[in-house]
Amino acid sequence: MKGNEAIAEAAIKAGCRYFFGYPITPQNQIPEHMAKRMPEVGGTFLQAESEVAAINMVYGASGAGARVMTSSSSPGISLKQEGISYIACAMLPCVIVNIMRSGPGLGGILPAQADYFQAVKGGGHGDYRLIVYAPASVQEAADCVMEAFEASDYYRVPALILADGMIGQMMEPVEFKPITKRKQPPKDWAATGNDGTKPRAQINSIHIEAEKMSAVCKGLQCVYDKIAAKETQYEEFMMDDADICIVAYGTTSRIVKNAVKKARELGIKAGLIRPITVWPFPSEMIAKATEKCKAFVAVEMSTGQMVEDVRLAVNGAKPVLFVGVTGGMVPTPEMVLEELQDIEEGM
Amino acid sequence: MAVVFKKSNVITDVPFHYCPGCTHGIAHRIVAECIEELGMKEKAIGIAPVGCAVFAYKYFDIDMYEAAHGRAPAVATGAKRVHPENLVFTYQGDGDLASIGAAEIVHAAARGEKITAIFINNAIYGMTNGQMAPTTLIGQKTTTSPLGRDPELCGSPIRMSEMLATIDGSAYIERVSLHDVRHINKAKKAVKKAFEAQLAGKGFTMVEMLNNCPTNWGMTPVESIEWMKENMIPVFPLGVYKEVQE
Amino acid sequence: MINKLISAGFGGQGVLLLGQLVTYAGMIEDKHVSWMPSYGPEMRGGTANCNVIVSSDPVGSPVVTNADAVIALNGPSLDKFEKTVKPGGKLFINSSIVEKKAKRKDIDVYNIPASEMAIKFGNSKVTNMVMLGAYVTATAVVTKDSIMIGIKKFLGKSKAHLIALNEKAFDAGAKLVR
Repeated sequence: MKGNEAIAEAAIKAGCRYFFGYPITPQNQIPEHMAKRMPEVGGTFLQAESEVAAINMVYGASGAGARVMTSSSSPGISLKQEGISYIACAMLPCVIVNIMRSGPGLGGILPAQADYFQAVKGGGHGDYRLIVYAPASVQEAADCVMEAFEASDYYRVPALILADGMIGQMMEPVEFKPITKRKQPPKDWAATGNDGTKPRAQINSIHIEAEKMSAVCKGLQCVYDKIAAKETQYEEFMMDDADICIVAYGTTSRIVKNAVKKARELGIKAGLIRPITVWPFPSEMIAKATEKCKAFVAVEMSTGQMVEDVRLAVNGAKPVLFVGVTGGMVPTPEMVLEELQDIEEGM
Repeated sequence: MAVVFKKSNVITDVPFHYCPGCTHGIAHRIVAECIEELGMKEKAIGIAPVGCAVFAYKYFDIDMYEAAHGRAPAVATGAKRVHPENLVFTYQGDGDLASIGAAEIVHAAARGEKITAIFINNAIYGMTNGQMAPTTLIGQKTTTSPLGRDPELCGSPIRMSEMLATIDGSAYIERVSLHDVRHINKAKKAVKKAFEAQLAGKGFTMVEMLNNCPTNWGMTPVESIEWMKENMIPVFPLGVYKEVQE
Repeated sequence: MINKLISAGFGGQGVLLLGQLVTYAGMIEDKHVSWMPSYGPEMRGGTANCNVIVSSDPVGSPVVTNADAVIALNGPSLDKFEKTVKPGGKLFINSSIVEKKAKRKDIDVYNIPASEMAIKFGNSKVTNMVMLGAYVTATAVVTKDSIMIGIKKFLGKSKAHLIALNEKAFDAGAKLVR
């Protein structure tokens, strides 16, 4: 199954019954799959007039208590930022998918990881975060989508699936596992029409008084702290005796795994920490690795974004290097291996 | 003692923040009374805009949203698709509906979205202190058209009711004015008709209400009512622009 | 075992489907697989291509850099991907429409007149099946049985009458490399 189709189908399996989207390459198989499947399961697919409208339809449907998703690719995600910021402030759950392409600007349609800053630092205006999953395979993309719906409902924080064009376009086998349900609080805040048996719904993101807005921001921060404590996910690969710790996520991490294996054959003790959530970021794990590892390398399809979070985690304890290609180029294992050999020689 | 005046039970006790002499209060009452009289209080969902009515979510005693600038029709679309049996309406000003949210209102109408837009047209941006609106009249002075609106520089006022009436998905479109009692009564009838058309599943509905803005027009309330009658109605003729039967 | 394939040609020659059938067959045989298409504007009549990996271990990078095999259904694909074949690897060329010869001497080159054969069968759309037959037979990455299961699934009920034609084209390709 194609990554995009797996993402769409996983959403349906997770109980998503509303999808609002707008065409943009390379994520079109998501709305196309939804257009076909939603009527079959009694759900609603709507092609909006723009990404801006689509995300605001998500605001409307989520505020009405529904499980809802939208998807786009980089330039479209920029357009959605207005709505995402409102959704974050109004504490509405939803899942947003970004099948990243290269940028800035209209950029290219080939895979990139250049929206990292936007994804992990909120993206729109204001003091907020999203729960950001960065799957590295089609299977993991499907798993992450299901988990994203559960986590988003649980915390009332929007979740973002940050995948690149390669994950969206590639085909791999997928098994749709039964969803791990969380004990969800009731959506008694939703707008459904009010018969007077509960306080009326006010889905809202305006708080004119500084004291009130400050309290809202602090309240959000408390939730984000909980998410950071409980939801951070990562994978360690050959890290037990690693001298060089590579940090990479998504498609890049697969390439790095190949490079690590080749490096080991050459006697270079390399390992990989792969963030599965890029926010919250596995900073603690990386900090711990500074005790044993001699050097850190961030590998990305960007000119250096996640590397900043790696540096913050390493906090000067060890050198942090960066290997990156961008603009739709994909790094090769050979390229990463060369870098590892250089580091090994310098050590 | 006989009750001669009663506030609608769809209005909360929160004091309105609107300027003295502004007809927003009348528009709120009309909407509230129509919801009450149709027995839809428990089924109504309203979407407030950005603009003077940004706090409308505090004033209507029903489930309410506050939407991003211009996006109320998209938010209403999301809500209505989840709760098709509910009465869903947006309450938007001219900057919100006819400028930044032009795409959202046009496409909500094109989809025949079963919602009602209450469109408050006072030919100016009120909340932000009197800038030029898409409905500002030719020659009208605002803070961003200090010499009067020049069509060479910034075009002419946009007529939303006429435009939306051309769209297949619209079912009921009427322009009314709130400048006197007779017209206020007419406005109420229009809102009720629009709500009924929505509930009958006929399609997109809108009532455009010509409003005053004494504060930003720089007039007394009485002067503003006169100005509205003399200057706005000729540019924005009143009447039913679309009424789908059956 | 790991086998990396690039299948390339004009949009419409069925190069993506060819790759999908290999992927699907690998999946049926409980191997780890990945299929990565090019999805750029070149899809519209240029050189569409896909990277296919069939492996006994989990697939790392889905990007094929050193290909075990390249299938080139048109000239531009040969130009672009001949250098990607690893030494000792295999290169399958649709010699019906590719006039150039392969330059490499360190690889096995198979010239398959696939388009001509397909036209002989009365349907140029099975060009990819002729190539697939040659590829599967020469490499033994997957079995013909697994490929046939995939063909039946892709054709579905509405096009079930085309199964026999596809098999015939596959066998013809297979025969050329035996």
